[in-house]
Amino acid sequence: MSTVATERAAPQESERAPAVVLTGITKRFPGVVANRDVALTVRQGEVHALCGENGAGKSTLMKILYGMQQPDEGTIEVEGQEIRFRSPTDAIKAGIGMVHQHFMLADNLTVLENVVLGAEKLHGIGGKARRTLVELGRTTGMRVDPDALVERLGVADRQRVEILKVLYRGARIIILDEPTAVLVPQEVDELFDTVRGMRDQGFTFLFISHKLDEVRTIADSVTVIRRGTTVGTADPKAISSRQLAEMMVGSELPSPETRESTVTDRPVLSVEELTLLAEDGSGRPVLDAVDLVVRSGEVLGIAGVEGNGQTELVEAIMGMRASSAGRIVLTSADGTRTDLTKLGTLARREAGIGYVPEDRTRHGLLLSEPLWLNRVLGYQTRPPVSKGQWLDIEGARADTKRIVEEFDVRTPSIDVPAAALSGGNQQKLVVGRELSGDPVLLIASHPTRGVDVGAQALIWDQIRNARASGLAVLLISADLDELIGLSDTIKVMLRGRLVSDADPATVTPEELGSAMTGAGDDPDTAPPAEPAEPKPSTVDSAGQAAETTAPARAEDEAEGGDQA
Amino acid sequence: MNLLRGKLMPPLLAIVFSALLCSVALVISGSNPGTALSAMVSQVGHGTTAVDIVNSASVYYLAGLAVAIGFKMNLFNIGVEGQFRVAAVTAAVVGGALRLPPVLDAIVILLVAVLTGALYAAIPAVLKVTRGVNEVISTIMLNAIAMGIVAYMIRPDVFGVLHGNNISTAEIPTAGQVPGISFGSGGTVFGLVILAAAIGVGYWVMMNRSRFGFELRASGESPTAATAGGVNAKKMVLTAMLLSGGIAGLVAMPELLGRDHSYGIISPAGYGFTGIAVALLGRNHPGGVAFGALLWAFLDKSALALDNVGVPKEIVTIMQGTIVLSVVVAYEIVRRVELAAEQRRVGRELGNTGGTPPQPAVASAGGES
Repeated sequence: MSTVATERAAPQESERAPAVVLTGITKRFPGVVANRDVALTVRQGEVHALCGENGAGKSTLMKILYGMQQPDEGTIEVEGQEIRFRSPTDAIKAGIGMVHQHFMLADNLTVLENVVLGAEKLHGIGGKARRTLVELGRTTGMRVDPDALVERLGVADRQRVEILKVLYRGARIIILDEPTAVLVPQEVDELFDTVRGMRDQGFTFLFISHKLDEVRTIADSVTVIRRGTTVGTADPKAISSRQLAEMMVGSELPSPETRESTVTDRPVLSVEELTLLAEDGSGRPVLDAVDLVVRSGEVLGIAGVEGNGQTELVEAIMGMRASSAGRIVLTSADGTRTDLTKLGTLARREAGIGYVPEDRTRHGLLLSEPLWLNRVLGYQTRPPVSKGQWLDIEGARADTKRIVEEFDVRTPSIDVPAAALSGGNQQKLVVGRELSGDPVLLIASHPTRGVDVGAQALIWDQIRNARASGLAVLLISADLDELIGLSDTIKVMLRGRLVSDADPATVTPEELGSAMTGAGDDPDTAPPAEPAEPKPSTVDSAGQAAETTAPARAEDEAEGGDQA
Repeated sequence: MNLLRGKLMPPLLAIVFSALLCSVALVISGSNPGTALSAMVSQVGHGTTAVDIVNSASVYYLAGLAVAIGFKMNLFNIGVEGQFRVAAVTAAVVGGALRLPPVLDAIVILLVAVLTGALYAAIPAVLKVTRGVNEVISTIMLNAIAMGIVAYMIRPDVFGVLHGNNISTAEIPTAGQVPGISFGSGGTVFGLVILAAAIGVGYWVMMNRSRFGFELRASGESPTAATAGGVNAKKMVLTAMLLSGGIAGLVAMPELLGRDHSYGIISPAGYGFTGIAVALLGRNHPGGVAFGALLWAFLDKSALALDNVGVPKEIVTIMQGTIVLSVVVAYEIVRRVELAAEQRRVGRELGNTGGTPPQPAVASAGGES
């Protein structure tokens, strides 16, 4: 089937302008550049996947393409014409439609009413609208009863209504934002059938996902976005999941290697049978009897595709989520064992845990407060920043100055609000703060995400130094090089369980990548230069993997989405 | 100069803007804005107006601080109105029945007011913490219930006493009253004005110097960061609401113990809502709230002079409304401008270290444009 698609696409490509061309798109937010010099070409009538880790800049890019945000630089061409979108209305006029991950439907209206809502001018609200909708359903194969109440529909049907909604408004280019996150495997298959059918009728799809197996199943070409910029476009049929994963996490960065081992046999953090049930009441565990031990002087790295329970693990250890079962014990430097299981976040921090959260702006900083006041956050009960019930402002200021110097935080003074610093400098401040107060354990979630190379090297150095003086570190990272380079031990997390161990001295990012997707035991790596038609055995194993991993991960995704 | 631009510009801009709007309204209705303004300003020197302004301002100030504590952590306590009225009537009833030595009597009455206000605020706080009920909804409903409670408490067959056509609680004896500071024919300033000022100072110390104040601000600024920093969100909601209610309980006390000595059906209401405006105007800063309270009181009391020069005094209501609206808008504009300026400044001062902070999140700096 894939060959058919390519044959059909080829002649079109030569005679018609590409559906969408993005050139040099740059979008800055205060303190961070979400997209930098993004180039993307989507041909007419293809399914083009956009792949990247969470936070890589996919959503911002799609918001720009859909007119929800304006780029600071760069141009957008739709079917050969340069267009400037001021609002989604402009994008809809240009034939671009977006199906959001979270449905935007009115439950108490019927399918027809939902589709027509806001587009009454097109075909009225009466018989003509109904005929148009039924006709659309017939040609695309998405049959939904126009008079059914949306609240009675299942998730897959709702998604169809969303797609019909954008088609009704005349979209020829459809952005699907993580469309499979909410679907069960059979529904994913149905969706893909629909997408293929519509592609053959000439519709163009932009398919956003970070699930590599799905991308390989449905996409005609795939563009990988990493750290805000596009790193390349590939034919998913000619590239292995592992190569794709490698493109996503990258491997050109300076190596964070730690050499001589400082691991001792003194356990600092012991997690036993930690279980956490999903908050949706389904009883599904997002953490399933996790056991781990981090020793003094050891960096324990957790590898895993995002949404497999890493965030939950960290937040459960920090006491920000109540675990359903299990025990968490922290042993301080003098050998005191503290059972953290029943304690609150503050008590856990006081027991000696430093925490570098994965999202520093949400969990690490008070953005509009000055740097020195940010030094107090999480330490409000301890010297040098407080004395009993009172803040020690002089102490906090002095210690902030120390952090600014030791961690090379580039700032004119400690009185500027945290929001005025760049991402890298914010992160250096957070890491500096969390290494203050003599922690025995540092939990570092993506400690160098979204920071520049200089800050990255400094943060790595500081973590290494602290480790050498006996700190235990639990490191979660999507950057496999960072993980392999810094860790003394690596555990792979999949669907809420620690499924395997890896030795950072010998493991390669490729091997780790495949272990993370649950297809790790397959030794047969498809060579990169292999032509479009892969070996049957590879197809089988990949397909199987897709089927077995899809349901759990789909649910994880939904869970993750709710929290965000 | 930065302080001037960031802190003082917005309210000044807002006042100028709303004065302009009111002038337009006055001109349209055929009056002279200049006459109106000079009449208002010169009114301050007449009779007891200056003292009245200070007295009113002390009440507005307490209400403003009560609201501001909630605002500091993104709690919208609309219920200050209900809390102060329930507290006032309870304190008046207790005060009317108590026979304690002077000073002690007044202190007990004040404590009763604080506790009642806090208790009445505890209802929405507990509902929010345990059931997730939005405090805006619950406090509005509790305001309505408070009216009923006041009406019930002052019924002659409950605690009320009939004076002619008016019913109110029994008179608080001299021991429970708080003497004022007399200015002769200029009027008498409530003794509790000093208490209001002291609470303002306490509020500042708590917010800026105490651990609790820090946790409160952190929760308001970023609940997620506060949680990660070990702040117990539920505890903060509960304490902030109780504090807010406690201060709300004091709102009626300057008038009750300094002038009226009993609380009745015609006792003034609406202070809770004025408090919201005053807190917005003062940006939850104790100094700002004091300024807002004084401005509000000035507008209220000087408005009386407008009738003399043939200008409808309702123009003051228009002015109060536009001030609040424009202050909110002005603060937001100034906040954004300030942040951008700050980022540019940080960028400029670090300009020689390569890359323009906010640096790109992406590896290679300087690759833009």
